[in-house]
Amino acid sequence: MIAEIGLAALWLAAGLCLLQFIAGAIGARGDEQGPVSALVRPAAIVQALLLVVSFVCLLWVFAVTDLSVALVAANSHADKPLVYRISGAWGNHEGSMLLWVTILGLCSALIASLERRMDARFVKTALAAQGFVALGFFAFLLLSSNPFARLNPPAEFGAGLNPLLQDIGLALHPPTLYVGYVGLSVAFSFVVAGLVTRQAGPELARAMRPWVLAAWISLTLGIAAGSYWAYYELGWGGWWFWDPVENASLMPWLAATALLHSIGVLAARDALRTWTIMLGVVAFSMSMVGTFLVRSGILTSVHAFAVDPERGAFILGLLTIYIGGAFALFALRAGALAEGKRFVALSREGALVFNNVMLSAILAVVLLGTLYPLLSEALGTRVSIGPPYYNPVTAVFAVPMLLVLAVGPLLRWRRDRISRIAAPLVLVGVVLAASVIAVVAFSGAGVLPTIGLALAVTLAVASWLPLMGRNPRRVPLALWGSMLAHFGVAVSLAGMASESAFSTERLVAVRSGDTVEVGPFTATLGAVEPVAGPNWTALEARIAIAGEGVDTVLRPQSRTFTDPPQNTSEAALLTRWNGQLYAILGDAAGEGRWQLRLWWKPFVTLIWYGGVLIALGGLLALLGHLRSGVRRARIGEAIAQRRADRESEAAA
Amino acid sequence: MKRLWLILPLALFGLFIGLAAYQMTQPKDEFVRSTMIGKPLPAFDLPGETEDAPRLTSQMFADGTPRLLNVWATWCLPCIAEAPQLDALAKRGVPIVGVAIRDEPEAIAQFLDRYGNPYSAIARDDIAELQLALGSSGVPETFVIDGKGVIRYQHIGDIRADNIDEIYAEWEKAR
Amino acid sequence: MSGLAPKHQRLVLVSVAMVVLIVAGLLAAWGLRSQADYFYLPEDIAAKPPEPGRAIRLGGMVQRGSLRTLPDGVTIAFNVTGREGNAVPVTYRGIVPDLFVEGSGVIANGRLMPGGTFEAETLLAKHDENYTPRELEGLSDAEAHEVLEKSVDQ
Repeated sequence: MIAEIGLAALWLAAGLCLLQFIAGAIGARGDEQGPVSALVRPAAIVQALLLVVSFVCLLWVFAVTDLSVALVAANSHADKPLVYRISGAWGNHEGSMLLWVTILGLCSALIASLERRMDARFVKTALAAQGFVALGFFAFLLLSSNPFARLNPPAEFGAGLNPLLQDIGLALHPPTLYVGYVGLSVAFSFVVAGLVTRQAGPELARAMRPWVLAAWISLTLGIAAGSYWAYYELGWGGWWFWDPVENASLMPWLAATALLHSIGVLAARDALRTWTIMLGVVAFSMSMVGTFLVRSGILTSVHAFAVDPERGAFILGLLTIYIGGAFALFALRAGALAEGKRFVALSREGALVFNNVMLSAILAVVLLGTLYPLLSEALGTRVSIGPPYYNPVTAVFAVPMLLVLAVGPLLRWRRDRISRIAAPLVLVGVVLAASVIAVVAFSGAGVLPTIGLALAVTLAVASWLPLMGRNPRRVPLALWGSMLAHFGVAVSLAGMASESAFSTERLVAVRSGDTVEVGPFTATLGAVEPVAGPNWTALEARIAIAGEGVDTVLRPQSRTFTDPPQNTSEAALLTRWNGQLYAILGDAAGEGRWQLRLWWKPFVTLIWYGGVLIALGGLLALLGHLRSGVRRARIGEAIAQRRADRESEAAA
Repeated sequence: MKRLWLILPLALFGLFIGLAAYQMTQPKDEFVRSTMIGKPLPAFDLPGETEDAPRLTSQMFADGTPRLLNVWATWCLPCIAEAPQLDALAKRGVPIVGVAIRDEPEAIAQFLDRYGNPYSAIARDDIAELQLALGSSGVPETFVIDGKGVIRYQHIGDIRADNIDEIYAEWEKAR
Repeated sequence: MSGLAPKHQRLVLVSVAMVVLIVAGLLAAWGLRSQADYFYLPEDIAAKPPEPGRAIRLGGMVQRGSLRTLPDGVTIAFNVTGREGNAVPVTYRGIVPDLFVEGSGVIANGRLMPGGTFEAETLLAKHDENYTPRELEGLSDAEAHEVLEKSVDQ
């Protein structure tokens, strides 16, 4: 019964989405006051409510393990802990598509109920675009991946969930990324509406900014969480593999980062109009391309993923219609947009343009690397692209970008002189030189890690320089946000460079009682014994760790899950303020020996702390911009009120 | 000039779509096929479906009768979907030997009770030794074994309604 | 640039962006050509061996009876075979993936050493227990399996 309610709600929502699109399209043609176009806002809001009902129904059938629903039978099992039964609802294709549409619907409802800065025609056009995007996904869900389909007769046991997916990090990872992807779809709808209604000024940028910021925060958190998950769950000790699935989430982030900064220029200075519009389309197309690459299975990935060429074809079709349509609209309309304001190269705008071009170059490099195996396979050679390509080629663009990032925020809008920022410039130069010398003298790290460490130190100092000569209490929240985010980049970079420069690894076959040295610690293997969990059994090693005032036991496991049967390695981690010790238990190596793999990774955790700081910075900026938006609206109202009072006084 | 660069994103996007669409139509070679086809069944000696049932050995396959060897499990959902197709094959006179991977006698009895029993004999492979020896990459999987005990054909995944004739034909060929 | 007419400023910006992107494209093309790991089957290695030391991917089946652990306890050695019976000896230092067994498919990233042994840096086992029928539209790739089934027919 619950499943039928969910399906009915989904169909009703699809109907309302069609209404939202039609009514919005009528509104877009200029008939803002017509009876049909008045329906667009209520349609969007009710649609979102229905979608929430439908999604809650799905959560419910997963929570109670209703095995007469095919999706539950294929992906869940009553023996699983409740939290993984619920997260199983979106740990599969159908459920994740429903989650996607639900978030999309919620965004439409938010636009419909809150967006007051733009005129009615713009909002209706944006909602029409939003409805059009959603319609494709509704068709996808209802026609080819119905999450509520019944199984007759019901299954006796569920098939379980891929044990790798039974993890709290991964339970939260997809929804976070989806919020990011869908947030970018709002930017896309706004950009399309801007092109249709020929509005591409600072108002558009201000209206888009909260959405892009929110999407960007989610993407940042999603990528950081995904990276940490891969780090401890895959048991390879690496935190980024340049795998297609990872690139699929990195590319929208790069585009969104560029978009965020160009929106800043457009909002503050009314420059970079066409460029911002194009980035808006590119950012959303990157999330669609990412989804396509991941779901279609045309690229092979180390990450377990459900793939299906048929679904790939569907997404490719949607991609062609949406992005092809938007680029066609761009080609037709962008030429007619009024030129933005001018600026000189040495200015805040100049630095941001530089940042944008470099981010776009990195995006191009990652995109080409991801697609090259496809191209090459079409020509008959099978290749794979890994770190030897990505690391140096992205660094060529990332290094100058980070250097400019150190000084860019100090520049004034429109026009500036070198002499005005000479003092901080010298400071940055001195810090950079000193840290390069220090790293080269004391560590003997490779070229890229050396550059990375030196840049990280420089940037960590430089990111707070905009405070110079300001009263900290009067610094706007958004500026705090940007400084914090830039500082987060430095922190993250420090972690990456330190991990690649200073990690030590030991791979040994030892007997119980043997001792291994790794980094500043000694590890002594104790017993290796079987243990049991709710739906798995495991061999667990007890490794006593001593050194640096630590005296603890790590328990890495080699787990065997029963439903479905699969083995996984559970790494054991010891987190210290200055790094992480990472232990993996391998197979029995004969003669009573066990394989152990141990890493000491100094400051590796900074990578993810940095990611969290970046996201926090984004959150501060979001709050700051929302607050100033409200204040601006209030001042506008007050002025209008005063004018009205004055007029009524004059009339009296 | 101005118009030209406005069209550029569209053109690049078109290239990507073309490439992706072309690649989607190409078959993928994922390299999971068993190298066992044309080779004799690996030697095995497994317990029967219950503790009392006779043991199942590889010699049994060399008696001149071609058989299907179905690798399955009660915990495997596709095996449920596959059951009617196996029944249909059994009704057409094909002897089917089941190998239950990592299973319990009670679960097997329950499963056969519920979804029908197409098997002429069942063996229990508690540590998946035969499955691994066959180079089979998952459950369910079905092999055609000829009368001399040589593997003739491998079907990966569940048998669907439209596979029945194909598998029957392979079995006929092995006679 | 301040002296330029608005139209020209846009042109300059576009040109700069285009130049950088073209440089990125060229750099990427160079990097891709020189850094791509080419995919080899054992018969490819026999027919046209890659230069020693170059990173490649080797795909094939783990030959039955060839898998052994060397005395150090952490290095394994095995042969990878292709479709035509060529075998490439492979060594790998590390903990093997959980689904890595004799007779399974494997993809190894690594280098061919001068002696003809392939030194693997990573191993990916191609092994999937999660089959789900089309009717359930579940986890795995039904189409790919049909393709596989066809390839088995040959």
